[in-house]
Parts: sequence; C-alpha cells; structure tokens
Amino acid sequence: MTAVYEKSPEQAQAIIHRILAQQMAVPGALLPILHDIQDALSFIPPESVSDIAQALNLSRAEVHGVITYYHHFRTTPPGRNIVQICQAEACQSMGAQALMTHAQKHLGCKAHETSPDGSVTLQATYCLGLCASSPAISINEEVHARMTCALFDELMASVRANNDANDRSIDQGQA
Amino acid sequence: MSKLQNTTIYLSRDSAALAVGANRVAAALLENAQIRGISVELIRTSSYGMFWLEPLVEIATPAGRVAFGPVTTADVALIFEQGLAGATQHPCYLGLTQDIPYLKKQERLTFARMGITDPLSLSDYEEHDGYLGLDKALNMSNSAVIQEVLDSGLRGRGGAAFPTGIKWKTVANTPATQRYIVCNADEGDSGTFSDRMTMEGDPFMLIEGMTIAGIATNATIGYIYVRSEYPHAIATLSQAIHIAEAAGYLGKNIRDSGKDFTLFVRKAAGSYVCGEETALLESLEGKRGIVRAKPPLPAIKGLFGQPTVVNNVITLATIPVILARGAAFYKNFGVGRSAGTLPFQLAGNIKQGGLVEKAFGLTLRELIYDFGAGSASGRPIKAIQSGGPLGTYIAEPQWDLPLDYETYLSIGGTLGHGGMVVHDDTADMAKLARYAMEFCAIESCGKCTPCRIGSTRGVEVIDKIIDNHNREHQVVLLKDLCNTMTYGSLCAMGGMTPNPVLSALAHFPEDFGLTHTSLDK
Repeated sequence: MTAVYEKSPEQAQAIIHRILAQQMAVPGALLPILHDIQDALSFIPPESVSDIAQALNLSRAEVHGVITYYHHFRTTPPGRNIVQICQAEACQSMGAQALMTHAQKHLGCKAHETSPDGSVTLQATYCLGLCASSPAISINEEVHARMTCALFDELMASVRANNDANDRSIDQGQA
Repeated sequence: MSKLQNTTIYLSRDSAALAVGANRVAAALLENAQIRGISVELIRTSSYGMFWLEPLVEIATPAGRVAFGPVTTADVALIFEQGLAGATQHPCYLGLTQDIPYLKKQERLTFARMGITDPLSLSDYEEHDGYLGLDKALNMSNSAVIQEVLDSGLRGRGGAAFPTGIKWKTVANTPATQRYIVCNADEGDSGTFSDRMTMEGDPFMLIEGMTIAGIATNATIGYIYVRSEYPHAIATLSQAIHIAEAAGYLGKNIRDSGKDFTLFVRKAAGSYVCGEETALLESLEGKRGIVRAKPPLPAIKGLFGQPTVVNNVITLATIPVILARGAAFYKNFGVGRSAGTLPFQLAGNIKQGGLVEKAFGLTLRELIYDFGAGSASGRPIKAIQSGGPLGTYIAEPQWDLPLDYETYLSIGGTLGHGGMVVHDDTADMAKLARYAMEFCAIESCGKCTPCRIGSTRGVEVIDKIIDNHNREHQVVLLKDLCNTMTYGSLCAMGGMTPNPVLSALAHFPEDFGLTHTSLDK
C-alpha cells in the first residue's frame, strides 16, 4: 500500500488533475473519479473536493455528500494494510463476531480504526461472497476463508514481516 | 510412462478457492511436476461450487476428470508419488468429478460450464455451447427474442422475481433515443455468491446475456455495476470484455449483424442499498445511492432518464441457455409459476456449503441435508435464513415446503437471490433480530422515515426486550414498528427488514425471554 503521506501535496494534486482530465467526460463520472483517486492516493484528500466539484460542474456539497455516503470511500489515510472481517450473517454463524473481538485485541484497535503502530486499519465488512467458507476476511483485497484466530495471528505476523522488509528496502535505497 | 506425459491438471481460480490456498497448491503442483520431470499443463478454471472441497485438484483421464480435495500443499507430493490420477488411495481422492453426488444430483443449466472451463478462454466458451444463444438471437426479430424470454417464464433472479420478458418489452416499446441494459451485480446479501461465481467463472455468459438483451430492446450501451468487495470479479469481467470486443462479440457491428452493443464495468462503493435498482441507477449517475420513488419505473425512465433494463447477473446469465435451447426446454424445469432453475447457495454453518442449481420445487430439507450434509459444527440446525439479510428465518416445521416463489411468499418469506444461511442451535435469534435492524440502520439510504428512524428504534426496542425492560409491552411496540416499516418504507430495505425480525420472534420467542403463549397476547 502506498499512502499519500509518501506523496507531496503537489504530487497528489497532479495525480488528481490527471484523473479528472481522463474521467470528467465519462457519463456519471463521479464514482469512477473517486475510485481512481482513492486507488492512487489510498484516500480522498478533503482539499480535492473543490477541484472535483469544479471539473464536474457540481457543488462541493454534492461531492462531499457522495464521498461520505459510500462506506468504501475514506478521507483520511488508512494504515499500511487494510484488513476487513466479514460480520454478515453467514460468517456470524461460524464465529465471525468472536474473530472480530480477537482481531481487535490482537491489533489493539477497534473496528474502523488503525492499530497504534499504523500497520493495519481494521474494518467490519458485510459480505465478501465467501459465505460457504466462513468466516472470511480480506487483507488488501486478498481473500482468506475458513479463518481461525490462530490463522489470523499468522497472517498478521506475515503482514508485519512484509512491512519490515519494505522498510528495509526503502532504507537501503536511500542509503 | 508415456501416460504421465503432458498431464492436464485443473485447479480453480475462483475467489473461494484462492481464499483457501489454491495459488499455493498451484505452485506446489508445478514444483512437483518439475522435480519429477513430468510435463504438466495446469489450467485454472472456474469452480464447481463445492466449496468444502476447495482447493479441488482435477486430473484429466480418458474416462473424465478425476478429483482430489480439499488439497493442501502437503498433499501434492503424495498425489504425484502415487501416480497422479492413479492416486486412488490418497485421502483426498474423490473419483470422477462428474460422479460426485453433490454435482450429479444437480440440474445445471446456467451453471453448466462452471468448474469445467477456463473463465477467460473464449474458445473454451464457444466449445461448451457459448454464444449459441446470441447466434440464434441475431437471426430472430427483436420481438421474437423478447417473446422467447417471456415464454420461458424467467423471472428476476435478484429477488423480486418480476417477469423478465415483460420488463424487456416495456423498455423496447418505450420511445427513446438511447436505451440501456444495466446488470445489477451488487450482490450484497450475506449467503449469496452465485453472481460472484458467474462473473469470475463464466464472464462471457453474462456478456452474452447482456448482448442479447441489448439487441432485443435496441439498447446499445450496457453497464455492469459490481460491488467493490469483488475485486476479482471486476478484474475478470474487464478482461473478458476486452476479449469479447477483440473477437467481434461486443462493440460496433456485432458478428456483422449491423447491431452495436458496448459494455462497461462500474465499480460500486460499498453501499448495500445500491442493490435496489433505483438506488443503483442514482449511483451509476454519480450520485448518492438514494432510492427513487416509483413510478416512473426504470423500464420507462431509468438511467439518465432513459428506458433501462435492470436485471440481476443470474437473470442475464440465464438468457443464453434459454435462447440456445428454447423457451420450452427451460420452462420444463420448475413448478407452477416458478419456471426453470435457481442456483441455490448453501452458506453459513453448513458442512457441504456451495452452489446447488436445481429446478424450483425441491425442499429446504433436501437442500440442507441431502446436499449440505447438515451443519458444519455437527450440532442440530436451528434456523435457516432464506433470501439474504431481508429474508425470513425458516424454522424446522417449514423445511418440507417446496422452494418456489409463491409458496415462500405465502409464508411471508422470500427466496430472494437463493442464498440459504444455516444457523445451528447455538444461534441467539434475538441477537440476529437485533442485527437485522442494526444492519438496516447502517445501510438505510435515509430517504424515507420508516427505514431511517424505524431501524434505529428497532434496535432500541429489541435491546429493551432482551434486557427485560417491560418486555411484553415492548413486543407490542416492536410489532407495531415493523408494521410501519413494512407498509411505509419506500423500498425493500426498510420494507423487508421486519421479515427476519418477526420470523425470529414468532419461531423462537424463548430467545427473547418470551413464550409462545405470551406472544399471542
């Protein structure tokens, strides 16, 4: 995951302007634009709202309304990894709520918060379409099913190991 | 050992296979083949939907494919050592795939290719009856295509069960300069995955169905609105559209017919209510997914104010087989006004969870025990929620009713999108009722009061019932509130949330601290 704080405000703005130029003529362009911005920057910077509104001839309130209406969009940078745990009925029937309680304890944060070390943003989600292999979770859009607390801990350990490896390669790159 | 040369091995690339390690198994298969100097062609297919057996590895033999599952990376070496298809003593050995009872007992019309083909191989699709429906449709008049769909008795598989042909006819007969085909792929119901399987596993079938819909109604543009929780489906569909375009199955002048149909994938953004067709259209237009008042129907005034067919993935994906084999063939399956088959989805606490395509009319008991083999936990099954978060909890006395639209309507239930979520006897039905209200409060679009405020009040009232704050009085309030939501809400979100709540209360009053007699007061 590349977070925006790795990009300067100027870089972010350039990316947003490029996306607007590419997408503004598409019918019903607002959702595709918001997806592209979030995919590129990991969140939708609130200061981009006026640029988006201007490009699409909408009011800022309309753009703000759309961003805040949809659960998928966020206006602050997430942790380095996004972990979603399904909390819908099928996963509930196989212990998804206990798994969520375990995950919160393991990560030291509540649902829709980021762990204190910034490595993981934990989200409750309502159905990943893996309802015959419950409980299901997703880590950075990679799905994992038949999840157990022990397996969850293993996956989190490898997420952290990946982070550390990335940090080392960045450090070496800068050195 | 020439028979071990060029062994073809099949392994699914469906999300449900990936989620239990299919890619690791793929790597192990290739590594073992290399170590042993065996030439292997690994084909990544769709999934049969026998998810308790994933990762399911199949090996081609002259008699057909032989299956192993669920295979872990640790199993792979032994399967190779024991001679691949000859590894009949391996604990994962399942025999010929086509003879596995779960599969053999099904009536797969829409899901005929599922598990067998490579989702992105157009030639695979064509060799397995793909594009026969479109070929026929291109040689028929528009009205004849619509008549075929009408005659098939196909009803909307998203849950509302509206006759598909009537919808198409309305769109075709409404004067307009632009018409649209919109595929509702916002499969948000817990316990459902048939849309996801279709998009990931047989995307050309959906594309073909939409193309036929476009040709029949003179709609030249189509959108597939896919939920953001399905990144694999979005990726596969996008690739399939490119492939179909390059082969002349999409775009301008399809198959030299002079007809045009262009298809786009649109990613949703995590709003459950956008599965409601008018909210979906608002979302496609780039707005908040707020439900529109009906009329006007989308078939008359839909996307960008133009006549629009809005159909679920399975509805559109069933069109090719109807055109290819004829309305009479399709209508021959099913019972009464529930014609054809439904891909039922067995989910939750179930031993053999997965996809079961059967003609309407079998019972829940057959589905849950003959196919599902009972609960995953081994405990007695308590309740089955039929038709997603807005569906009714079905208790044991009702498990022998035939699964068809009319029967389920008559007991205040719904088949919805065919998802059946099984709960064992540890389920607390009061908590599940509370969850139904809570989910409605989270996902309500906020336009109408019964849904927006009723759901929050519903959570509060159920909390009071659970905590025994004047319990029996609160039950009266809850029923009254549910009545208001049922009849006063603008769409099914608020209108059907009372289904799980009231059915949980009616069948399992003891979970609410009540008795059947106190409930009748």
